[in-house]
Amino acid sequence: MQVEYDGEVMTLNMGPQHPSTHGVLRLELKTDGEVVSDAIPHIGYLHRCFEKHAENVDYAGVVPYTDRMDYCAAMNQELGYVLAVEKLMGIQVNNRVRCIRIIMAELNRIASHLIAAGTYGNDIGSFTPFLWCFVDREDILDIFEETCGARLLYNYNWVGGLMFDVKPDFESKVMKFVDKFEPHVVALNKLLSDNYIFIKRTANVGIMSPETAISYGVTGPNLRGSGVKFDVRKDEPYLGYEEYDFDVQIGLGEHGPVGSCWDRYMVRIREVLESCRIIRQAVAKMTPGDVQESIPKRLKPPAGEVYMRTECPRGELGYYIVSDGSVKPYRVKVKSPCFTVMSAFREISRGAMIADIIAILGSVDVVLGEIDR
Amino acid sequence: MKPEEIAALLGETFGAKILESKLDSLNPWSMVEPGSMLEVSRFLRSDARLLMDHLETLAGVDYKDRIEVVYVLYSMTHRHRFTLKVKLPREGPKVHTVESCWAVANWHEREAYDLLGVVFEGHSDLRRILLPDDWEGHPLRKDYKTPATYRDMPV
Repeated sequence: MQVEYDGEVMTLNMGPQHPSTHGVLRLELKTDGEVVSDAIPHIGYLHRCFEKHAENVDYAGVVPYTDRMDYCAAMNQELGYVLAVEKLMGIQVNNRVRCIRIIMAELNRIASHLIAAGTYGNDIGSFTPFLWCFVDREDILDIFEETCGARLLYNYNWVGGLMFDVKPDFESKVMKFVDKFEPHVVALNKLLSDNYIFIKRTANVGIMSPETAISYGVTGPNLRGSGVKFDVRKDEPYLGYEEYDFDVQIGLGEHGPVGSCWDRYMVRIREVLESCRIIRQAVAKMTPGDVQESIPKRLKPPAGEVYMRTECPRGELGYYIVSDGSVKPYRVKVKSPCFTVMSAFREISRGAMIADIIAILGSVDVVLGEIDR
Repeated sequence: MKPEEIAALLGETFGAKILESKLDSLNPWSMVEPGSMLEVSRFLRSDARLLMDHLETLAGVDYKDRIEVVYVLYSMTHRHRFTLKVKLPREGPKVHTVESCWAVANWHEREAYDLLGVVFEGHSDLRRILLPDDWEGHPLRKDYKTPATYRDMPV
């Protein structure tokens, strides 16, 4: 978009303390009136030296740190790490562990997308969906709490197994939740997704072309919102996702060009229904077994390196781990999906109005804990 | 393409500029001579057989006697992956930026500069990204000592 600037350019700092930046992010906006000619993200306010800490604790000790990166989807974060270490050590887990991990990861994906959708509505000026989403998320957190005692930061996935087996009524509770939740998505669509004002605010805003998305390494719902059919669960399956029947949802551009804020938002809404499908299948596949049978006595991977990526709610999360054969990782590098999408932010927000910056930022759904690590 | 085929193709095209390859690793890689990194990247990015259009991650690793920069690449078109590495001296590590091939390299390289002190020549905006601009040292170096204070505040 070509914008003519004749007035005086003003620098405006949005954040680091701002309710709509979803954490401590500072956007340096160069504005000409209401038009933003440049939006430069400044990150690092939440940097907690994850990668340095990981070099100083043993392999099992890293798991709680991974929880604290993306605290909205901690199950998925630790899952990526334990899968990477298991790949490095050549550990195979049994069917029960795989099924529980998938159920937990998908439940956490739903919870995370509910936060994304709810807070996005809130950013745009619609408060009720926020409460509706949080009511459903609460049910998921109750299931997590019953299983592992924590509501947000679980330390549940261990290398080679799980911290605890699930409670006997776990399956029925999960199915009860899924049955109750699916109709709620229809209601949410009526209330928010198909709302005329919401569409006006989000369609045609923050368009990200597929080429831009791939060049900036954008992944997950943001990439699929641009119409690229790519999902690590389908294209590089792990945990036996290849046996599950689900569709990869992409942005279709019902309201304007593909890759708009509305498309990115809508991909998430469609994805939670796919997650429900996966959960139903995983519950049916569950078999009895010992969830700790493959946990190694000594966690000492052989020297070598591994790159493992998984599909997190916010995109693909990669762990590059170098082992020198000792009990501590030599190097852990995290490829954070939010980090890469934030690097594309400047590109997709150029020429937008100030109010649209909020809409764009909400639609890419970043968690600053994961960007800064 | 399989990693073996990619490594063979690189060896064929660049000869001695590919220093070594390790293909039995869980993450197969080839070591590129630092001066040719940009050339090899351009080839991987644009050759129709490879089309590595997705830079998954860029990691710097301090091995005490050297610094390695690791480029994990993936092709969205052909659905194959490969890893490139460059070996740099610990004193004054320098390699050319690959920003022109993958836009995301801009931030990844800033991170590697910030945390390991690798200088990416020709980079459009090489500043610290996670740490404050006036921070001293590069924390992911193995010999890094955490300072006692930062601007008179205890760390």
